[in-house]
Amino acid sequence: MPAYTPETARALIRGHQVHRDVYTSPDVFRLEMKHLFRNVWVFVGHDSQTPDKGDYFTTQVADQPVIQVRHSDGEIHVLYNRCPHKGTKIAIDRTGNTGKFFRCPYHAWSFKTDGCLLAIPLKKGYEGTGLSDTLNGKGMKAVGAVRNYRGFIFARLAETGISFEDFFGDSLSSIDNMVDRSPEGRLEVSGPPLRYMHKCNWKMLVENQTDTCHPMVAHESSAGTAVRLWQEMGNPEPRPAAMQIIAPFMSPYDFFEGIGIRTWPNGHGHTGVMGSIHSSYDAIPGYFSAMTAAYGEERAKAILDENRHNTIYFPNIMVKAPLAQLRNFIPLAADRCLVESYVYHPVGAPRELTARSAMYNRMINAPTSIVGHDDLEMYERAQEGLLSDGLEWVDLHRLYDADEDFSETRVENGTTERQMRNQFDAWAKFMHEEPQPVRAEAAE
Amino acid sequence: MTPTREDVIDFVYAEARMLDEGRFADWLALWLPEGHYWMPLDYKQSDPETVTSLLYEDNFMLRLRVERLEGERTFSQKPKSRCHHVLNRPFVDEFDPGANRYVTTTSMHYVETRLDEQQLLAVTARHELKVIDGTIRIANKRVDLLNCDAAFGNIQLLP
Ligand code: FES
Ligand SMILES: [Fe+2]
Repeated sequence: MPAYTPETARALIRGHQVHRDVYTSPDVFRLEMKHLFRNVWVFVGHDSQTPDKGDYFTTQVADQPVIQVRHSDGEIHVLYNRCPHKGTKIAIDRTGNTGKFFRCPYHAWSFKTDGCLLAIPLKKGYEGTGLSDTLNGKGMKAVGAVRNYRGFIFARLAETGISFEDFFGDSLSSIDNMVDRSPEGRLEVSGPPLRYMHKCNWKMLVENQTDTCHPMVAHESSAGTAVRLWQEMGNPEPRPAAMQIIAPFMSPYDFFEGIGIRTWPNGHGHTGVMGSIHSSYDAIPGYFSAMTAAYGEERAKAILDENRHNTIYFPNIMVKAPLAQLRNFIPLAADRCLVESYVYHPVGAPRELTARSAMYNRMINAPTSIVGHDDLEMYERAQEGLLSDGLEWVDLHRLYDADEDFSETRVENGTTERQMRNQFDAWAKFMHEEPQPVRAEAAE
Repeated sequence: MTPTREDVIDFVYAEARMLDEGRFADWLALWLPEGHYWMPLDYKQSDPETVTSLLYEDNFMLRLRVERLEGERTFSQKPKSRCHHVLNRPFVDEFDPGANRYVTTTSMHYVETRLDEQQLLAVTARHELKVIDGTIRIANKRVDLLNCDAAFGNIQLLP
């Protein structure tokens, strides 16, 4: 196989088809890490994971180990988790508090929580050596840019490139809706995320989030069985708690066609424009009155009537606004992806609301989930099937239009594969060498 | 009937054997209707409801889980998984016939396999048991994984 360059990798995307190497080639994966994930804005964490000064959280942005830390001025910084001396990771526990500074456990170089070098033992030994003229002499390196959007921390690794607003545009309305569902306009992370290892390419997971033609097929074994059991019980009301969550997965094709898919520029999009599988949950006592008290009745209704299903923030997260959930599809290798699924508590809302989100998370997103089992089975079979040389291209023709223009925001039939094509369009757009000025396309 | 400590211990072994032999209908019949099977996500987790767990399943969910295993279109169970429990002798932590309350803690190694993959989980199971109509039943079961905070692939059967 020839070594790919960003230019030859872009030729793997044809709109209605993509070459299987985008899922299977370690070489393409390396380019994704080096270029695509550097040039765009990638989710890091939530600011409630680091509420106090000195609190930190270790994670990855693509294949880069980073630390999200709250600096002494209260701002969140994102630093590469790497000592400028010999490369030792500064922190390896997932969360903690480092006080006023980080101290490397190897030779005790220390750094302020914005990364600046604070002190080196035996400093005299460096006098006149030129260390202070190097990047290493400055301290822990920060990522190119950081943005805290309503509590959600995003980073762009590249020093220059597309702005946060230009990259996300109107797609931020889904995060807005998720946060507005808190009477106080604020979310708090509720416990650690589920961590689910997938032996498949990260893009399969992202594509599946807007794949509305699979639930009634792949999840018949769980959702279909749930519906049958409930019928055998004589359709008791109230329905078992699990039924509310799982039964809508068996909705027929015309339901999914009707709810629509909206795509935004730069690879973002969501299912459930006109309602979704999250629209018919039982009301939680006390919640609407808390929302009305905070926003007034009309605005509270408008917030709660917006029931978007899955919103993709390209390249690799999905949020469910009505359930205050976020799934982070962390790419580890061409054939390996770690999925971390978070639940947030809408501050000021009854805890029963968060209990429903937690129930959804363990029923659908856990390694022990009877729904997740069948999804993972499909991805892993695809990852293996793609190695066959019988056919080289993966098909994305569903409701394809040769003239489609992804710089346009559009709402279409909810079974279209347009959002998957939109992701690949953005993939090609941001798969380029080190930051050249990116043309900002205005969202409509 | 008042069980002996020996009866309580035998019950825990018998339950594991049912799971290993795939006798899920028998296993479901051990449960009291209000019982929950809880597998925490966090070490020493105390809140099963508003914080995510790996499992926190009521009777309906457990029935669904078990029925699904036999389904025609249960793709992740084609072929089927198999499991194997190795138990340390259960500790009888509470033995209170007056309150009809029996609690055991059992260390286990749980092995699950499918196709070429096999995984080993170190498990601590806590059973809350009651005697109803002369037979021991499960009121609640909590299963703590030693590596609960690790990233897992599919865990399809029940420790
Ligand atoms: S490696 Fe960090 S101080 Fe030497
Ligand atoms: Fe699915």
